[in-house]
Amino acid sequence: MISLTNIVKRYKMGEEEFKALDGVDLEIQRNEYVALIGPSGSGKSTLMNLLGCLDTPSEGKYVLNGRDTSTMDDNDLAKVRNQEIGFIFQSFHLLPRMTVLQNVMQPLVYRGIPKAERVKMASEALDKVGLSHRMGHRPNQLSGGQRQRVAVARALVGKPSILLADEPTGNLDSKTSAEIMALFDELHQQGQTVIVVTHEPDIAAHCHRTLRVSDGKIVQDSINAKKAAQ
Amino acid sequence: MYAFMEAFRAALSSLMAHRMRSFLTTLGILIGTGSVIAVVSLVQGFSESIKSQFADIGGSTMTLQAENNNENFRTGKLNNIHFADIDALRYKVPGVGVVAPIMQVQTAGASYKGRTGSPQIIATTTEFQAVRARFPEYGRFIVESDDKGRRRVAVIGAQLRDDLHMPENPVGEFFRIGNEWFKVVGMMEKQGELLGFSQDNYAVIPFDVGRALMGNNNEPFISASFTVQKMEEVEQVRERVKRAVRQSRGLKPGQENDFKVEAADTFIKQFDKITGTATAVLGGIVGISLLVGGIGIMNIMLVSVTERTREIGILKALGATRRDILIQFLLEAGLLALLGGIIGIILGYLVGMGIAAMIPGFPPAQAPLWVVIAAAGFSALVGVIFGIMPASKAAALDPIEALRFE
Repeated sequence: MISLTNIVKRYKMGEEEFKALDGVDLEIQRNEYVALIGPSGSGKSTLMNLLGCLDTPSEGKYVLNGRDTSTMDDNDLAKVRNQEIGFIFQSFHLLPRMTVLQNVMQPLVYRGIPKAERVKMASEALDKVGLSHRMGHRPNQLSGGQRQRVAVARALVGKPSILLADEPTGNLDSKTSAEIMALFDELHQQGQTVIVVTHEPDIAAHCHRTLRVSDGKIVQDSINAKKAAQ
Repeated sequence: MYAFMEAFRAALSSLMAHRMRSFLTTLGILIGTGSVIAVVSLVQGFSESIKSQFADIGGSTMTLQAENNNENFRTGKLNNIHFADIDALRYKVPGVGVVAPIMQVQTAGASYKGRTGSPQIIATTTEFQAVRARFPEYGRFIVESDDKGRRRVAVIGAQLRDDLHMPENPVGEFFRIGNEWFKVVGMMEKQGELLGFSQDNYAVIPFDVGRALMGNNNEPFISASFTVQKMEEVEQVRERVKRAVRQSRGLKPGQENDFKVEAADTFIKQFDKITGTATAVLGGIVGISLLVGGIGIMNIMLVSVTERTREIGILKALGATRRDILIQFLLEAGLLALLGGIIGIILGYLVGMGIAAMIPGFPPAQAPLWVVIAAAGFSALVGVIFGIMPASKAAALDPIEALRFE
């Protein structure tokens, strides 16, 4: 479903050029549960941005669901993000002036879905994360764990191919972290493809496959035998 | 369409989130629109009140007058309209309706039971009533038999009645114009004031009586008012009248006209021109104030875009295109200016009414719908135009950078 071939991403720092990603080849299949780990500066974030279609590679080919995204323009990328990717961020990134329901409905606005339908879809997504009783609240009235659940609901509402989580538990205590990861496990079991970017081994241990990134390359691609067997 | 409505809602909610700032931002637009509406409503009120005084003299009424240049006045050889010209007008020009000869009679003032007044004395025929569309409030107007019988009767204006302290209904009273006694047979409807001058200080007497009063040796200074049968033929009839009058005055080809034929609404047209110019000048001044207001909006919108960088990043991650972001910020700027404009219109109108009420005798302020719509539309336009720069800055933000923004 995801296929990266010889991906290179160059950045210019003044006169000098450096490669954030240097020849990445990667295949991820539907319903995989992947952890992306590596120290900061390894190219992990760049890889995540590319996977999430927030950026395009300098070289190489990224095929997502049969479509080559590496040469797409801004508008097409926005459409892909809207339909194929569900983002979850470390600091939740909810829209503060909107209610929980409005936050979850927002991606559907850009799809041109009528309001009644949006409300229905968003309520279903909130139901899935167990927050349907908080629909009228504003993000600042919720706890960190609840906020991240809203973010998960927002990521799920458009039925994306990939759930892309960037340090999803980085701002949460261990108990809430466990709850969020349990939610991810459950979503994966329901057939969702999940990619988690993290530097915590505990979090990575939830995943079935671990990709270690270092110096712009994938240096290790291991299967978590115990999890995969489940 | 849904995206547009959502963008509208989002724009409104972000304006509401910073009420005080939004208000201060749009203050420039508010004051600009407010002042234009105040001034325009005063000018419009004034011009409407003047026009309504002329409204009864429709566009289908024309006057034939002699034209004299400075040279004529210096030498005393004044051109004049002759009875032959009026006959030509009356009998030889197709399309002319009713013709009323009008003579301004120069006499000593009017007096009644020891009171005196100085009315304008107009000698005319019964047709005057139809041409000017003025009607008596009491009694009747001059009739044909008054003229034929040279009866000493007069129809007076309300101001003259008041000046002479005649009874409320002055019909049947006798008063003097110069040394001659006249009987009041009617009083005309009140016209009111125009530029501070009463329009009701006059006496109308039969045309031939007027000639007698002037003395037959004096050539009276006369003009004629006439109606045109069909409104749409005004220009053709004017040309026909010119030809007929040239003929009756014996003007040779190549000789210039020594008379003029004017529509009665000429004055209104000139007045419209003046108020039009005044409005245009005001428009320019307001344009500048709106420009300043627009710059204020642009400034705050730029601040707002910077403040909301991360929000824009989130929206982009959720799939907002450049266009979605652009529209949202343009709407926000436009809405901000429109709100300022609307408040400005309301305040401006109230101020205009207040000023009109404070000046004695000044007609009430009027804000025509087109001015209101134009002012509102123009302020929204200013907002959108000055929103373009901040909005495109927002739309062009790189989602990765924007998401990282603290």
